[in-house]
Amino acid sequence: MTDDATGGSRFFDEWYGLDGVPRQLVAELDSWFRDIPAVDLERRREEADLLFRRLGITFIVYGREEATERLIPFDLIPRVFGADEWQFLERGAIQRVRAINRFLYDIYHDREILRAGVVPADLILANEFYQPQMIGFMPTGGIYTHISGIDLVRVGEKEFYVLEDNLRSPSGVSYMLENREVMMRLFPDMFAHFPIKPVNHYSDDLLRNLRAVAPQATDEPTVVVLTPGFYNSAYFEHSFLADQMGVELVEGRDLFVRDGFVYMRTTEGPKRIDVIYRRIDDDFIDPLAFNPTSMLGVPGLLSVYRSGNVAIANAMGTGVADDKSVYPYVPDIIKFYLDEEPILKNVPTYMLRRPDDLAYALDHLDELVTKEVHGAGGYGMLVGPAATKEEVEAYRARIMADPAGFISQPTLSLSTCPTFVESGIAPRHVDLRPYVLAGDTYSLVPGGLTRVALTEGSLVVNSSQGGGTKDTWVLGD
Amino acid sequence: MLGRTADSLYWMARYAERAENVARMLDVGMRMALIPSSAETRNSAWFSTLEIAGVQEDYEDRYGAVDQNSVVRFLSVDRENPSSIWSCIRASRENARALRGTITTEMWEAANGTWLEFRDIDDNSLRGTGSRQFFDLVKERANLFRGVTNSTMLQDDGYAFVRLGYALERAGNTARLLDSKYHVLLPSPEDVGGAVDYYQWGALLRSVSAFRAYHKIYSNVIDPARVADLLIMRPDMPRSLRSCLDEICASLDMLCLGRPFECRRLAGELHADIAYGRMSDVFARGLHEFLTDAVDRCTILGAQLQRDFMMLA
Repeated sequence: MTDDATGGSRFFDEWYGLDGVPRQLVAELDSWFRDIPAVDLERRREEADLLFRRLGITFIVYGREEATERLIPFDLIPRVFGADEWQFLERGAIQRVRAINRFLYDIYHDREILRAGVVPADLILANEFYQPQMIGFMPTGGIYTHISGIDLVRVGEKEFYVLEDNLRSPSGVSYMLENREVMMRLFPDMFAHFPIKPVNHYSDDLLRNLRAVAPQATDEPTVVVLTPGFYNSAYFEHSFLADQMGVELVEGRDLFVRDGFVYMRTTEGPKRIDVIYRRIDDDFIDPLAFNPTSMLGVPGLLSVYRSGNVAIANAMGTGVADDKSVYPYVPDIIKFYLDEEPILKNVPTYMLRRPDDLAYALDHLDELVTKEVHGAGGYGMLVGPAATKEEVEAYRARIMADPAGFISQPTLSLSTCPTFVESGIAPRHVDLRPYVLAGDTYSLVPGGLTRVALTEGSLVVNSSQGGGTKDTWVLGD
Repeated sequence: MLGRTADSLYWMARYAERAENVARMLDVGMRMALIPSSAETRNSAWFSTLEIAGVQEDYEDRYGAVDQNSVVRFLSVDRENPSSIWSCIRASRENARALRGTITTEMWEAANGTWLEFRDIDDNSLRGTGSRQFFDLVKERANLFRGVTNSTMLQDDGYAFVRLGYALERAGNTARLLDSKYHVLLPSPEDVGGAVDYYQWGALLRSVSAFRAYHKIYSNVIDPARVADLLIMRPDMPRSLRSCLDEICASLDMLCLGRPFECRRLAGELHADIAYGRMSDVFARGLHEFLTDAVDRCTILGAQLQRDFMMLA
């Protein structure tokens, strides 16, 4: 494409590998893109911006003077996978979620894995995300995490690492779907020419799974999406998914519990609900059982759930499995339940609750990425190589105050992908979040959310930290 | 449909209609101000505009004496006045935002686009562009939103709540407009037929887009009694009370499906009084009494509507 995208690099590039030559996968696509004049690309980028803004696809950034609605920058150049590569990721992601569901069942029932000493019991039982209310209760089909977002990074042609498993209410899937819509509008010729596998049936798959876990023997289960409301940063996504599935988007105040069932207040009177796809945290879902100050939840919901009269996706208490302190054990969890070798690798992780790991990490803070165990969204993390001395020292003080609250990982050489930036087309680091759906079966649509760090050299892809997104293509055979 | 969704649809429409009505009111006020009259008469006209909007107390607390510039500013762009055009446009869009999954993309784009256009308009930019142009823009955007709603929204219960919001807001507005202007414009019944009358009643008719309709229907000089007839009794006049009540009853029939809701009874009662009432009886009883009674009944109807459909336990 342009010269600065080619030439050798110490980072693996999704389009040009390590040697700067277009990978066979994208060879034709590369020349296709080269043929588009720069002004034309710029015009299409503006068109994409306009589309997103008119559709109101915005998210809310916290921590500014006022929470403002912003557009997540969208990049025109797709990230591309071959069918084989994708199959590998698909198998790996599904394996992981399958094992995690078994794990969640186990820790709320027989606790075999804890008794076998594979995972330290105190790490689970004393974890703030372990929900005692879930002990002895089995959700329909033994599925706890119906929707999982597995964050992956690539460091080499065949080398992928899982950064984290998002098992509470992973967001971003609406961007995967809307990015594709916009790409199809901007580049219809490409879609006619290349065998790009579709992702648009995601919401259908999701609805089918949600209906499948309805607890009552009913032909027409009523499914709803539960949102904290339109001040939530992901509200657009909540309403988007409800719309795509053709179900009601409800808030806590729309629901109430009576005689052991959950109902929503409709213009035709109360209507019973069978399945809740909730996009609010455990803590806020039922003020009677959890946070009593929550205005978002439904008083009494947990008791209905426990008596099996409503299904909730994801189940309560899944947060214990995606906690960063439990993450290092996932490979062992896979071996323990499935008796299989993990297909996807974990990033080597120093758990600073361990004295040896702590000593090592403190000595190498400038080389490592250090994160809060309970953190999310790229907030409160230290990227050693990119930090100033002062930042490192300030962070060191925070670690010393509570070592168990942190983990460290080596700084990964995240792969890059050509990206349209102000100076032209240049490589920028990317990650990937595919979404695993679990119900009767496990599935994931061929694609996901590719996030891109738009700042040159930056490894932080979070939208709250100035990251953007790309469409993710899986090419058929 | 969720009670909350119905509520949002209803208020989205009410605020959209209100923004337009305030613009129409201010527009007519500015037209009237062009006709030579004493400062006192002029300010009392502006005071009546505040009364129609029901915000004269708020105004007096914040601005004190009544003058054209302050009233226009207060009702157009004042961020702290919940009835200003600016606030209504924002409220309508906020309701639309909560309805992203319910309304069509076109409706959202219209509501959001309008908000983006008005977001930064303030006192200064208003003075720059001229308020008449501002009012025209409000009306234009209101027409766009209504048009898009009528032509894209699924005509189910949700649509009925939107229609209810529009019609109820409009009914109250027409009644208040007529009532307040009737006072101001009719110092003594003997004055009827003068040139001032022509302009002032003409301006009122224009504010509800009824100037041409009046002439077409009556082919006669502008006369307060006929204006009242047009804006109260005529079923073919889109902003008349009768026409609004027709709309309200039809929408409620869609929602009630024969069930005995109190709001339907209230609407039917008011509708009957207008549809089967005589204008001569209205005048005999007193137009002012009739109109205040209609406004009160619209308020009660609105509250009952919310009780019946939007706050179900």
